[in-house]
Amino acid sequence: MNDMSRHFDVDTIRRQFPILDQKVHGKDLVFLDSAASAQKPRAVIDAMVHAMETQYANVHRGLHWMSERTTDAYEAARDAVQGLLNAADRSEIVFTGNSTAAINLLAHSYGRAILRPGQAVLISAMEHHANIVPWQMLRDATGIELRVADITDAGELDFADFEARLADGRVGLVAITHMSNVLGTYTPVERIVRTAHAHGARVMLDGSQAVVHRTVDVQALDCDFYVFTGHKLYGPTGIGVLYGKRELLDAMPPFMGGGDMIASVSFERSTWAPVPHKFEAGTPAIIEGIGLKAAVDWVRGIGFDAIAAHEATLTEHALARLANVEGVSVVGRAQDRGGVVSFTLDQAHAHDVATLLDRQGIAVRAGQHCAEPLMRRLGLDSTARASFGIYTTTQEIDFLADTLVRVSEFFK
Amino acid sequence: MFDDVRDLYQDVILKHGRRPEHMRRLASFDATAKGDNPMCGDRVQVWVKYGADDTIAETGFEARGCAISIAAGDLMTEAVQGLNRGEVGRLFADFGDMVRTGTCPDCMGLERLKPLSGVHEYPSRVKCATLPWHALIAALDDKQEASSE
Repeated sequence: MNDMSRHFDVDTIRRQFPILDQKVHGKDLVFLDSAASAQKPRAVIDAMVHAMETQYANVHRGLHWMSERTTDAYEAARDAVQGLLNAADRSEIVFTGNSTAAINLLAHSYGRAILRPGQAVLISAMEHHANIVPWQMLRDATGIELRVADITDAGELDFADFEARLADGRVGLVAITHMSNVLGTYTPVERIVRTAHAHGARVMLDGSQAVVHRTVDVQALDCDFYVFTGHKLYGPTGIGVLYGKRELLDAMPPFMGGGDMIASVSFERSTWAPVPHKFEAGTPAIIEGIGLKAAVDWVRGIGFDAIAAHEATLTEHALARLANVEGVSVVGRAQDRGGVVSFTLDQAHAHDVATLLDRQGIAVRAGQHCAEPLMRRLGLDSTARASFGIYTTTQEIDFLADTLVRVSEFFK
Repeated sequence: MFDDVRDLYQDVILKHGRRPEHMRRLASFDATAKGDNPMCGDRVQVWVKYGADDTIAETGFEARGCAISIAAGDLMTEAVQGLNRGEVGRLFADFGDMVRTGTCPDCMGLERLKPLSGVHEYPSRVKCATLPWHALIAALDDKQEASSE
């Protein structure tokens, strides 16, 4: 893997993504919406097709050859994710449908059984709706308090405010993003975890964005929970991950009941399977698990050092180019930021911008980005967002900037 | 560069989107309602003053949104002048058909709204064009909120 990271070549990378050859409205596809969902490399596509063509059956229940092979392939995904996050034990990796499902699992299980009335959950002002709404639902159901740590006008966590909200020792869980899907801001996770623990709070990090771009070591971070989703990591939709420290997962009750999550069942009572299966009721996303393993292997084969370096170049280039487009304002000025750049254009609304860019083959997202409270905090109704992936090129960013000049003229 | 979006962004749309003539809150009004499109962040409020026979004497609106939603609101205020609730409902139904399909051969009274027919080629933008109408209908029905979802 070191060989590839030393010779990172974006053209070689791009050739592994079949979709990048597509035309949109007769133009070359310029896909700048990877933060919403990333495209899939050939390795992932092939792994999924191969599994369906050669070794598919249900997992964890067959005594036959096909089921055993499929179980091995599916469980290998757990090992791959353990490696990706450097978790201490493979049983700490719980498969879910996506990040949202992972957070809902945590809110239902940890939130209802471990958190007590009078305790609080602390989130930040730059969370995705997926890390707001489950806690609101928990608050409304159980009477826990929901606190929100503010951000600065630069779009960074206001750490003094964050710490002040921990001060009374009533926060049981900090649930906070590792990287904002709107601003690209990385949060200071080491400091967050240290500070939260010092105040007696556990920490869940929403790594939906961050895990794609930099090395995540849950043991070094000492975070208690970490969630991410497969489809942003060049893997398939329908599979996500809840990492949790073993002793915490052991203490948590199941979220959903059904097959696969039990040790024994009678009409009087049932007992639970050990973790992680306790949290994995029903037939899992088998093919998606196999696809996720392929994605993790593929990404680690390139290496996060190379990925981070490439994306840092892209981000720097984008910020420099967009700063020179009249009327464009980039939202957020965080020091530590990744390849997600939200912006507004004086002359035109984000939707109009997105429609015109789309006609040139450029895919960006426009709107509130599932972060309505953040938009209000920033005093904005909507932004356009260009987000970069491993396959993004500086030429594509140049084309974005050049096209924005024309968009601006169009609406003048 | 953008010739192919001219069916959507016709000059009339750009003009009304940039400088809407009826974007104002009425000093005195009989009904008002807000429309909110939470997925994209568009917001609109419509004010209505009735004249004789419960027909619309005057309509004003405020909007924070894209050129399509603002132009749609502006053209709407002109198109509904003098109509009653039933007539507005029928016009909105026809307008909805037009922005979804591009045509409405049997529709009457859509001339003024015709520049918005290009929206049908942009399915994700249809709700931009209909949001002000949802707010207007809500106001006429004495509701306070509408949603285009």
